[in-house]
Amino acid sequence: MDTNDYIEVFLDESNEHLQSMNDHLLELEKNPEDLEIVNEIFRSAHTLKGMAGTMAFDDIASLTHKMENVFDKIRNQALEVSEDVIDIIFEAIESLEEMVGAIGEGEDGNKDVSHLVSHLEQLENGTSASAPEPDKGDENEIADSTLEIDQYQMTVIKQAGEQGYTPFQITVTLSADCLLKAARVYMVFEVVEQLGEVIKSVPAVDDLEAENFEQQFSLILLSDESAEGIKAGIHKVSEIEHVDVSIFSIEKAEGEAESRKDTEAGNRSDNHDSAKPKNKGKSASSKTIRVSSERIDYLMNLFEELVLDRGRLDDLSNKLNNHELSETVEHISRVSQDMQDLILSMRMVPVEQVFNRFPRMVRGLAKDLDKKIDLEIVGAETELDRTVIDEIGDPLVHLIRNSVDHGIESPDERKRAGKPEGGKLILRAYHSGNHVFIEIEDDGGGINREKVAQKAINNGLLSIERAENLQDDDIYQLIFSSGFSTAEKVSDLSGRGVGLDAVRINIEALGGHITVESEPGQGSKFSIQLPLTLSILSSLLVNVQNETYGIPLSSVTETVLLEEKDVMYSHRQKVMDFRGKVVPLVSLQDVFDVPDNEITDEQEQPYESVVIVKKGERMTGLIVDSFIGKKEVVLKSLGNYLKDVFAISGATILGNGQVALIIDPNALIK
Amino acid sequence: MDESIKVVVFRMGEQRYGVDIQNVLGIEKLQTITNVPQTSAFIKGVINLRGDITPLIDLKERLQLGKTEHAEETRILIVNMHDIQVGLIIDAATDVMDIDLSSVEPAPEVINGVNESFLRGVAKLEDNLLILLDLEHILNLDEVNEVSEIIED
Repeated sequence: MDTNDYIEVFLDESNEHLQSMNDHLLELEKNPEDLEIVNEIFRSAHTLKGMAGTMAFDDIASLTHKMENVFDKIRNQALEVSEDVIDIIFEAIESLEEMVGAIGEGEDGNKDVSHLVSHLEQLENGTSASAPEPDKGDENEIADSTLEIDQYQMTVIKQAGEQGYTPFQITVTLSADCLLKAARVYMVFEVVEQLGEVIKSVPAVDDLEAENFEQQFSLILLSDESAEGIKAGIHKVSEIEHVDVSIFSIEKAEGEAESRKDTEAGNRSDNHDSAKPKNKGKSASSKTIRVSSERIDYLMNLFEELVLDRGRLDDLSNKLNNHELSETVEHISRVSQDMQDLILSMRMVPVEQVFNRFPRMVRGLAKDLDKKIDLEIVGAETELDRTVIDEIGDPLVHLIRNSVDHGIESPDERKRAGKPEGGKLILRAYHSGNHVFIEIEDDGGGINREKVAQKAINNGLLSIERAENLQDDDIYQLIFSSGFSTAEKVSDLSGRGVGLDAVRINIEALGGHITVESEPGQGSKFSIQLPLTLSILSSLLVNVQNETYGIPLSSVTETVLLEEKDVMYSHRQKVMDFRGKVVPLVSLQDVFDVPDNEITDEQEQPYESVVIVKKGERMTGLIVDSFIGKKEVVLKSLGNYLKDVFAISGATILGNGQVALIIDPNALIK
Repeated sequence: MDESIKVVVFRMGEQRYGVDIQNVLGIEKLQTITNVPQTSAFIKGVINLRGDITPLIDLKERLQLGKTEHAEETRILIVNMHDIQVGLIIDAATDVMDIDLSSVEPAPEVINGVNESFLRGVAKLEDNLLILLDLEHILNLDEVNEVSEIIED
């Protein structure tokens, strides 16, 4: 493991802790009295400090240290949780995020944090100066109290007791000048693991290895040795100041667990929603391991190669016609299909990863704009492919900003309209069929049809006659048109339209759609439809002369065999009649300049093979030479070198190992 | 001791060229190429390189030395530069050798018909010259009008 591996772990964990601080801080704002939340934040800050210290990111360490002090004050009720405190802490977290982000980009993560540090110091010293040293409390807690154990560990201890093993609680204090604490811990573990089985350590083993502890750690050991024997064994390790071995009492632990449950139950009643997911997270974490996404991508790539070979094996076994061989190949096919599903599911991550930054953002925006906004998040556990998750963040930020800024009215306006002062913003995600929907709903003023129509007419997007005939919904969709709104004109339009065309383009690039519904005076709802995954695509494979192309099935309406005589011309453009609609025809061979197939082109076909593709209401017929069929393909990009190839969204590898290009029909629809 | 670099040496026509081995991922035999429409003429298309879609450049055409005739010896040099992976079609790959940086001289303006902006320098070897290519420049598309215009009907 080199430092880079550490850095990744550090980044992951830092982000996790920052997020947890964020969440808890938001909760704390609602329940300023809840010390349990303060403790959670304190713990996160403490861990972060330890990690940053180990990695020598001094600015992060010093900032978290100050935060820790402030929370220690709050914890000891020497400081009240005021809005100021929360604001400054939020600011500090933001800086921390920036620094961690910078480290992720390969920078040194240093940042001038002196003003924040001094702010925090002011908070810290603003009230009574008699607060105890921050870390002391922690240590004493470990030493004095019986260690917390969970149900499982309790059962293990009981069973071990029946087999004649005694549970010992061991507390080891390292000497203050010990340099390689992790190494000493390792040696202590070496010793005790020969004597029995370690079932728990405080802090957890990971933290011990990362040296995230002061001088002291505790563990529970199941052993048939005597207490003295254990003590002597541990003392053989150098730089150990003190070892305390006592028999771990199950009754006492049980008693404490009971009382803890009581207090937890108490907390839960105040704080119903937040307590549950937290507990769930804890129990789930023990069963997961961290795998870098690169490895999963690599696995996916390897797997794709396997799929190619599977195709070849299939061909071979058909040729050889050997019963045993084909049976084996069939089995491989089935197993690899299961593997494919599994690997794809590994790439799925909950949208929570994107959503969880929004509460703070909305809070900040609402504050800046003097609005009261309650953000509700529904379906944060909905899973999406990681590639989609990576791309969806920015468009969502845009839409939420838009709703907060233009959608929800000021408290005064709302009162006048007879609505509650506080606006409501709902962010919702759910699965439906092969798609994921994300909706952003507000109860604001809605979209003003007249203004949108007027603006569209002014910008030449709409004729006056058409404007009158269009449905409200069709008018609303105009706000996504490019050229509808430009930044400097935003204030003219009290409705919406801040670069929404950019949002639409982003989402369409992901193979998604965005629509908006609105009810004047009642609010509006943006809904985004996204494919479950970007990497596997249902496509229609077609032949154009000798070449094979894929057309995403999501935009294919129908395939038609068109007789030569049914091809019509309008304004020198080939068109066809498709259910009473005039649909323009585009020959893929002409567009892509595909060379003629010299060998078989002699026999003139009496009809044209046409794929009707649609984009919204508009349709276009793509003339191809023949249809091959529907196929699930793995979508791959053409790489950084070939960006922006006209009407090509990527490529895939076919069963025979050849590359087929995937067409972006949106570019061909006029 | 003088600093030296390892280069992969290959042949186009009669001239030998070299690129820094750091940028070379591998040498492949020619395989089926899928055309990509509406790209520059020297971009021959894409290939499936063990699951990675890799664009191919006819290096001769890129350097305006004519077209590569595909022959038995024709190879694809897979290079990587700034996270961009590209295959270069060359006549033959011949050697890997150490080049003393002290023997490298800046390129004259035009050497063997290759514009100097594509060159990193020329190394004097015992019997002949080795042209070191500047991959960064060769892969740079900014000067080439790459984005095709939308076809008007």
